[in-house]
Amino acid sequence: MTTATATVATADEGRRIRWADLAPFIALGVIVFLGVLINSNFASTANLINVITRSAFIAIIAVGATFVISSGGLDLSVGSMMAFVTGIMIMTMNGLAPAYGGWAIVMGAGVALVVGALCGLFNGLIITVGRIEPFIVTLGTMGIFRAFITFMTDGGSLPIDRSLREAYRPVYFGDFLGVPYPVLITLAVVLLGAFLLYRTKYGRRLTSVGSNAEVARFSGVNVGRVRAAAYVIQGLCVAVAAICYVPRLGAATPTTGQLWELQVITAVVIGGTLLRGGRGRIWGTVAGALILEIIANVMVLSDMVSEYLVGAVQGAIIIIAMLAHRFTGSR
Amino acid sequence: MKSMTTRTRTFVSAIAVASAMSIGSAGAQERDVTIAVSIPAATHGWTGGVVYHAEQAEKEIEASFPNIDVVLSTASSASAQVSALEDLSATRDLDALVILPFTSEELTGPVEQVKSNGTFIAVVDRGLADPSIQDLYVAGDNIAVGANTAHWLADQLGGEGEIVVLRGIPTVIDDERIKGFSDVIAETNINILDIQYANWNQDEAFTLMQDYLAKYPKIDAVWANDDDMLLGVIEAIDQAGREDIRFALGGNGMKQVIEMVKEGDERTPISTPYPPSMIKSAIYMTAGQFAGQAPMRGSFLLDAPLITPENADQFYFPDSPF
Repeated sequence: MTTATATVATADEGRRIRWADLAPFIALGVIVFLGVLINSNFASTANLINVITRSAFIAIIAVGATFVISSGGLDLSVGSMMAFVTGIMIMTMNGLAPAYGGWAIVMGAGVALVVGALCGLFNGLIITVGRIEPFIVTLGTMGIFRAFITFMTDGGSLPIDRSLREAYRPVYFGDFLGVPYPVLITLAVVLLGAFLLYRTKYGRRLTSVGSNAEVARFSGVNVGRVRAAAYVIQGLCVAVAAICYVPRLGAATPTTGQLWELQVITAVVIGGTLLRGGRGRIWGTVAGALILEIIANVMVLSDMVSEYLVGAVQGAIIIIAMLAHRFTGSR
Repeated sequence: MKSMTTRTRTFVSAIAVASAMSIGSAGAQERDVTIAVSIPAATHGWTGGVVYHAEQAEKEIEASFPNIDVVLSTASSASAQVSALEDLSATRDLDALVILPFTSEELTGPVEQVKSNGTFIAVVDRGLADPSIQDLYVAGDNIAVGANTAHWLADQLGGEGEIVVLRGIPTVIDDERIKGFSDVIAETNINILDIQYANWNQDEAFTLMQDYLAKYPKIDAVWANDDDMLLGVIEAIDQAGREDIRFALGGNGMKQVIEMVKEGDERTPISTPYPPSMIKSAIYMTAGQFAGQAPMRGSFLLDAPLITPENADQFYFPDSPF
């Protein structure tokens, strides 16, 4: 019976839902189009590859955030967590380098994944078992992780061992058939995320918890476990981003990942995921991350905006994109 | 009230005696002079350097002058620094205070309060709103950081060329460096193609430099007004494989960049110091008043001489985080 109603509803609203889903991609297209008009260098292969590659960090973390936010949660600690995981990973690699050589990179990456998952689990358990608002919990862990990385670096920078630098560099700068590795890694994370969110029982439970936790609980979903798992997924995504991040500059500093949490949340919301939970859009999130990075790129390439006002224009474009989204969604 | 204060004072000096005695052999003499040092916590490279040099100064001065006790306190915000000042002056009798204020306005009142007890005040880097409070002022010269770099660059480029600039966080420090630099450049035929903020952040500098490289097919030189950003810039240039950029310069004297200067790097042959060690200079000057009779009053503006391979050793602190 429910299936029947649902089918009728979809047939009825099919056109409008599709438009709403497409909104972030249309916005992306418009911004790319504007970029091409503003500066011919924008469309050069080198520039496009740069922009897409460096949006990988935000995109990967934002895939995790899509899970957390669709479950009705929020994670403000991702930027600091990224810095912390980066620090632990570099220290592990440097420590193992003399004994294991190049294998230290693989082992360090493994440690990063474990640490990332544990950080996420820590957030998730305090939120679900401790029953504290995610905003407050992750605000707290944001400070904790940031302080840890500052402590680990003495306020300076924590560079990776020189012997590992060359071997590790290609993970960010290298490519396979012309596609940079970070982009391939992002694609893998997105495909996995999309599968998990749209094609598994867990994904359906997650969105049902996000849209109404009480109803989900009555229909037998273990709300706490589903939510905590979302934070673990977030932690793993942060670790994957850290693995791609380290080879770029080869160091962690106290400002690594600063304010990334806001970019991540913005990317997720631009992508069509509801901030209050109940609906997740993985591919939209990726479009959101690209939109943010391209706006910043176009701002530098154009000479129209004073350097003092760049932030204002970026903010305005995001709000306009969201308004356009709202109107295409409700027509 | 009065008797309370004297009692506190006796109590404090009793503690001082006790702690001096507990130190043992060296502690035959009582540490009867207290110098408090209040600085920002290590949240980025430069303040990390300040903390390092303050700690070194504490060790060195306490080792060489057995009568001086240096008390170090770091604060993570202006209000935390005010609280730290209150705590310091409430629990001890301060003979001198060496302070690197978080902000000028907020710290002026509290420092004046400390001064009213007869404490010697040394201000470092950021001035207070009322300069009459300070007995000693030690600071770097941000205008010179920009101007000296610009003079050198203009010489090397023969007074003409196309350059791009990365600036930091919108603050007085950043404005002064940019002003010092662009005033000198304005007198040459060098064209500044672009100036944008990269917030003294390596990642943002990398990103911005990539965009500059995409936008301008020919760039003769790039100036990032801080060495932290320079590291991101260099990474972006190397990745793009651009050979047209003859000079990539920074400023501040970060240890990784000084290493490049020492090795005679062709693209980064110089840097200019805005040394965090100025806190150490100020602590030593202050200690001089109490250890021997070396009176010192006034303002000391540290110059920003070019760091070249010849003098790089003076500015190189391998153990410092910065």
